[in-house]
Amino acid sequence: VDHPLRAPLEIEFDYTRSLGPVLSRFMTALTERRILGARGADGRVHAPPFEYDPVTSEPPGELVEVGPEGTVVSWSWMPEPLEGQPLARPFAWALIRLDGADTAMLHAVDAGSAAVMRTGLRVRARWSASRIGSIRDLACFEPCGAPGTSAGDDAGEASTAGSVTGTVTPVRLSYLHTASPGESAYLRGLAERRLLGQRCGVCGQVYVPPRGTCPADGVPTQEEVELPEEGTVTTFCVVNVGYPGQRVTPPYVAAAVLLDGADIAFQHLILGCEPGEVRMGLRVRAVWDEAGGISHFAPTGEPDAAYESYARHL
Amino acid sequence: VTAEVAVVGFAQAPCRVREDVTTSGVEMLVPILAEVFRATGLTKADIGFWCSGSSDYLAGRAFSFVQAVDAIGAVPPAMESHVEMDAAWALYEAWVKVLTGEAEIALAYGFGKSSGAQLRRVLALQLDPYLVAPLWPDSVSVAALQARLGLDAGLWTQKDMAQVAARSRAAARANPRAQVSGDVAVSELLARPYVAEPLRAHDCAPVGDGAAVVIIASASRARELCARPAWITGFEHRIDSGALGARDLLAVPSAAAAVSACAAAAGGASAEVAELHAPFTHQEILLRGALGLDDGVDVNPSGGALCGNPMFAAGLARIGMAAQAVMSGRAGCALGHATSGPVLQQNLVCVLEAQ
Repeated sequence: VDHPLRAPLEIEFDYTRSLGPVLSRFMTALTERRILGARGADGRVHAPPFEYDPVTSEPPGELVEVGPEGTVVSWSWMPEPLEGQPLARPFAWALIRLDGADTAMLHAVDAGSAAVMRTGLRVRARWSASRIGSIRDLACFEPCGAPGTSAGDDAGEASTAGSVTGTVTPVRLSYLHTASPGESAYLRGLAERRLLGQRCGVCGQVYVPPRGTCPADGVPTQEEVELPEEGTVTTFCVVNVGYPGQRVTPPYVAAAVLLDGADIAFQHLILGCEPGEVRMGLRVRAVWDEAGGISHFAPTGEPDAAYESYARHL
Repeated sequence: VTAEVAVVGFAQAPCRVREDVTTSGVEMLVPILAEVFRATGLTKADIGFWCSGSSDYLAGRAFSFVQAVDAIGAVPPAMESHVEMDAAWALYEAWVKVLTGEAEIALAYGFGKSSGAQLRRVLALQLDPYLVAPLWPDSVSVAALQARLGLDAGLWTQKDMAQVAARSRAAARANPRAQVSGDVAVSELLARPYVAEPLRAHDCAPVGDGAAVVIIASASRARELCARPAWITGFEHRIDSGALGARDLLAVPSAAAAVSACAAAAGGASAEVAELHAPFTHQEILLRGALGLDDGVDVNPSGGALCGNPMFAAGLARIGMAAQAVMSGRAGCALGHATSGPVLQQNLVCVLEAQ
């Protein structure tokens, strides 16, 4: 048995979030190298600030400046920092109670060595040279008494004018994606210009690409079926909207193509004719690309399939 | 005790790093669905409501749970729902469906391919998206902050933590579906290096892939499906603040509130067995205290999450294991616990009793 195919899957996107009135003031203050906390109804100062009082659920009445020095409440050691973390060299994560605050802030401490870290250690903020209104404007914390190393402490300007109203967090995640055994067989088949599906042993339906399990019966599907490269457009849409990374210039047609002998349609491109010529029942054939896959489907020129022949698959 | 709903079936996949399975969960779910149907004599047509728990962040794609529906055979359409949480919360939703009479028999399932990406880094994305997640604090480091607070406060020692690991691994020898098991000396564990000081590898649940399924039934159906149903006499969940630095990380008020609400409903039967979803050794110690479990309670006879923690299924499996203790006659009353979010932020308690 061939092993399932596996490949790296890298996912990247930005979380773009607007800020409410409290975090807007907090982030704006960070660009000015100030840290704000919120005083609660019970008199305790939360830093970072809450947006709604945990006791009364009211918005904070007053934001007060705290820090930039504070005390380590708890810490852990990060011997091999992960992608995206504040420091690339070994550092401590710490809960830091900033002077003037009653709650703690989670951040990194550039301590150099775990031997330097202890609960109760006094630390101070180290600012990023470029500040945009993000928690990352605080580059990290460092032990008080350590020589200052940050350009942002003495120089560096807020790169925003006026108040910060949004924050962007880039996200990058790396997966090792595994295709199912059925998908793997399908992909290997494509490389040989063969279309492989599977038939359910209970209901007899043919699925392409193979799903591994019959969605009707919930049983594994094992019988392999080779399908022809001709099929019928069951339904379609005309894509008129552009988007980043688009490979075909709009307008073009994305259609559900039901291969002859299959019981489930798959989505593919219909090229080789004007979008306006595509219709339900249009007979199409796979056009293979050099890389070992289907580039798109194109009309065969046969008469259209009768509606009854695909009505059950709409 | 009067109860209207009982657990009548449970199955879980072996917890392993599975390089051969997809993130859709289908390959892990199909065998255990067959297993639980065989044990109960049910078929998919008998299930009036299905609910799953899983996560797109583990799968690395949107609406990933939709593919898993293939495993349940949802043609013709089934009444189905999903939670982006541990499937213990899916079971809660199913329980409400049965209580309200919308279904007589319901099935909850959870699955997670935890090994698809670097789990501790993926879990950073469950933190506050404005103030914390942009720093990418990984789940192990955050748990280590909680562990140190307890060490500093004298609530436990590193030896206490290692003892939890050693006891869990010894118990897991009797659980063939556990990922980690065996006899290991506490002194040997303490000689090993830190992963995230003060945590060592044995303090952290292993990364493993798996799935679990639980079937519940109304009173009228439960007795015909199971010789000794595990009646749900209390089922509650509560949540604490998401602000890590503002919350008392050495108290678990949400767990305490959930268990006391269960006690009020159940009339105070005390559990002989407790299956706790504690992915870190010190969290078992915290939970024992918060849930008020005394030394007479058999905690995690399965080995617990420290011996197998398939994300989004491990909490449901704790309830399933607790139910199995009742169904098999080993216990008259058992407690299943599940947690969600960072450092025990959200907690669910399910009390199960024989009648």
